[in-house]
Amino acid sequence: MSNSGRVAQTPPPVVWDAASAQALHPAAREVLLAALDAGYADPRRLHGAGRSARLLLDNAREVLAQGLGVRPDEVSLTSSGTDAVHRGLLGLLGGRARVASTVVRTAVEHSSVVHAISWAQAREVVVGVDRSGRAAPEAYAAAIAAAPAPVALVATHSANHEVGTVQPVEEVAAAIGGVPLMCNAAASAGRLPLPNGWSIATASAHKWGGPAGVGILCIRKGTRWRNPFPADDRIDERGCGFENVPSALAAAAALQATIAERKDVNTLHFRLIEKIRTRVAALPDVEVVGDPTNRLPHLLTFSCLYVDGEALVTELDRRGFGVASGSACTTSTLTPSHVLAAMGVLTHGNIRLSLPWVVPPAEGTQGPTSGIEADVERFLTELPLILGELRSRIGLA
Amino acid sequence: MSAPEPVRPDSPNLELDCRDLRCPLPIIELARHLGEVAVGETLAVVARDPAALIDVPAWARMKDQEYLGDDLTGDGVARFWVRRRS
Repeated sequence: MSNSGRVAQTPPPVVWDAASAQALHPAAREVLLAALDAGYADPRRLHGAGRSARLLLDNAREVLAQGLGVRPDEVSLTSSGTDAVHRGLLGLLGGRARVASTVVRTAVEHSSVVHAISWAQAREVVVGVDRSGRAAPEAYAAAIAAAPAPVALVATHSANHEVGTVQPVEEVAAAIGGVPLMCNAAASAGRLPLPNGWSIATASAHKWGGPAGVGILCIRKGTRWRNPFPADDRIDERGCGFENVPSALAAAAALQATIAERKDVNTLHFRLIEKIRTRVAALPDVEVVGDPTNRLPHLLTFSCLYVDGEALVTELDRRGFGVASGSACTTSTLTPSHVLAAMGVLTHGNIRLSLPWVVPPAEGTQGPTSGIEADVERFLTELPLILGELRSRIGLA
Repeated sequence: MSAPEPVRPDSPNLELDCRDLRCPLPIIELARHLGEVAVGETLAVVARDPAALIDVPAWARMKDQEYLGDDLTGDGVARFWVRRRS
């Protein structure tokens, strides 16, 4: 581009959007490649290739169950996390249809939960959240008591996908008596242990470095669940369609590796996010949202006054940072994030960054962590410049 | 469920017509024109932007101004009220 003979020192772009999708874990890549050949066949068939596929599928289920702390027969594989939520929630509603049909949910559930309730035409009672995005356990109990009809299920999530706030799932379970709890754990599964107290739990493998297209539906033994969709004659009657054995096995390998590494990675992430959080909060007219400590280790969300979210995302991308936004102008519906709205926090100029999986090197050695540390420093240098530039264009710098 | 509506005068001291402006322009207009009313006086922004319902009170909280709730203009567009506090 320039004829001066100098080479521009542009750092490689970083994608801080692990909460949308995380790059395939190296352990998953190896397994996936091997399983593409060894696990292609129909696991219901009795020939050799079929038996191999069946073996790999059973193995995947066992490893996933072990990683999530559940029984293998409680784990079903679905085509996505959204599919797992739909099957879990609607099947629980179906199982309770004779006694109850109302759903209690938080105002900050993932859209898959909101859409499933609406599709079922179920009556819902929405539990509000505080400024940090947390719904108090006693608010669920109050919602059940105030509901105009018997409550079929309570839906909460383990941690919020947009702002990182961790919900008190086990306290909620204790507060709602015998009402079944459905917990969408997609934002935390792999990084944090699955909480207890649920009848249904769901997750999505691509959030922990597995391939896309693998959802996890856990149905606790003894839960009344009825398949809400047409049956399919598969090994697991709770799922649908031809089993994706290679991806299931890769998802299991990614989970296993993630759990082995998560103590160190979570510690690193927590520290880096705390650093970014502190520095960003000190910038003028910026609101950092979500719980500062009781949160996902790798995720931070903040909003900047007078700045267009789309412009901010574009400017950051131009400078090598891929991040997400909940601002209205960045969504397909042109409405602001229902999570930010429920929290009553600023919705424009919104940025969500979620750090990629980086395993810290052993003490005293140089490793890839120095890269992410440098990225954080560069981000903290670039962000105020971008805000200053965007605000000066409108005379509000 | 919601807090009691703060007392508002019949009409604001300054009304900003932002009905055709997209987020975050209504908030930018509020910030630009805040200085045009005296402390204790009110200004209101008329906006169709769905983010305004959340962002006007959030802006008021961040900038230590008083949010006075919303009503509708004669032609049915939402109008968000703020009292200048500083």
